Amino acid sequence: MAKIKMPKGTPTIDMTPMVDLAFLLVTFFMLAANFRSNEPVDVNIPSSIGDEEVPEKTLILVTVDKGGRLFFNVTGDSTVRKSVFSQMVKKYNAKVDNSHLEEYLKITSIGCSMAELPAYLSTDGEGRKKFQTLGIPADSTNNQLKDWIYFADIAMREYGKTAFLKAKDEAKPNEVVNPKDFLPKYVLKVEGQAEYVRAKMAIETFRDLNLNNLHFVTSLENKQ
Amino acid sequence: MAQIVENGGGDSGKGKKRPKKSSTHVDMTPMVDLAFLLLTFFVLTSTFSKPKVMSLVYPAKEIIDNPNPPKIKNAITFLITKDRVFYYKGEFNPDDGPKTELIETNFGPNGVRKLLAKENEYVIREKLKLDGQLTRKEIVDSVAKQKLIEAQKTPQALKVLVKTDLKALCANFIDLIDELYIANIGMIAPVDIMKDEQALIDAKIK
Repeated sequence: MAKIKMPKGTPTIDMTPMVDLAFLLVTFFMLAANFRSNEPVDVNIPSSIGDEEVPEKTLILVTVDKGGRLFFNVTGDSTVRKSVFSQMVKKYNAKVDNSHLEEYLKITSIGCSMAELPAYLSTDGEGRKKFQTLGIPADSTNNQLKDWIYFADIAMREYGKTAFLKAKDEAKPNEVVNPKDFLPKYVLKVEGQAEYVRAKMAIETFRDLNLNNLHFVTSLENKQ
Repeated sequence: MAQIVENGGGDSGKGKKRPKKSSTHVDMTPMVDLAFLLLTFFVLTSTFSKPKVMSLVYPAKEIIDNPNPPKIKNAITFLITKDRVFYYKGEFNPDDGPKTELIETNFGPNGVRKLLAKENEYVIREKLKLDGQLTRKEIVDSVAKQKLIEAQKTPQALKVLVKTDLKALCANFIDLIDELYIANIGMIAPVDIMKDEQALIDAKIK
């Protein structure tokens, strides 16, 4: 008598499609993601209907954290950052060496006075988050933020000019090169719960330099 | 875990031994583990919605220092303090004539938005007209933009002054500016608060 063979034991599950799917998702996220930049402070930004993109290349950024401390960052080409740093060091006679400069070029925002700068740059990323500082001084007697912005503005404009001419030369016949894309953008990133007077210190500093067109970083909210 | 190698446990009752078949399957489980680990990492570290910026033009310093600011018609002044917002219409008038009274409003649907929609009706109507022309392709978008800016500069358009006191939060300020943009207000001036106005706020929040 013929016997029907029954499958024995636990059935095996073919994992191959699952692996395919998982790697597909991994690839998607790897390519689509832009990484969270490693800022020394986390701020909760308010929301608005503003829909302009953050200009990544020509950014002069002042961050205001919850305690009202000010942080400064300038993006773009390393020549710009180098020039800003060296001019600040020269003006305030900060005792920094080449390793500090290299460290500065690696990090994003800095938030300390010029006197604290060597110690600030000597610590690592996690240490910097816990660094005891009052942020960049911006009061009327000692306005270091103003100098940061001033030097960054000049360096960025200088660099933007050459970058614009270069882009114009390389542009295809139908391509429009907008000179505005090469001008520095003044951006404020404020913590929603910070007092406005704190942000105002940074705003007044910009206005002292006659830079009146400011941008606030906000997250997008749906228009109702 | 997906495959458990059988070692003859099932056929003990029959007492018959079969030659063990070597499996050709490759165990994919560790690979799945790895893939999902990477997936989790990328999901958590990535930011999708790029932050946007909201542009705001501050008045140049020289104008603010002018001792006799020009008289503004059709203006609203907003006074912001911590999580509360007040407004008054027209000029500030502390003693003579009709005294300035602060009116409290809020960021709800019946607050600032309704007020601004009513006060800035002219510009909003112009904008709707331009939007209509734009969708019917009668004008191009650069012209529409230009015309909207012109409409925002007319005397009928509402001008807004924003003043913050020492307790105001950045979120309150940005919320208000956001409402002003929603209401298509072209002239926004964040300016310093006056002593008399501060006194009025203090009296209100007490």
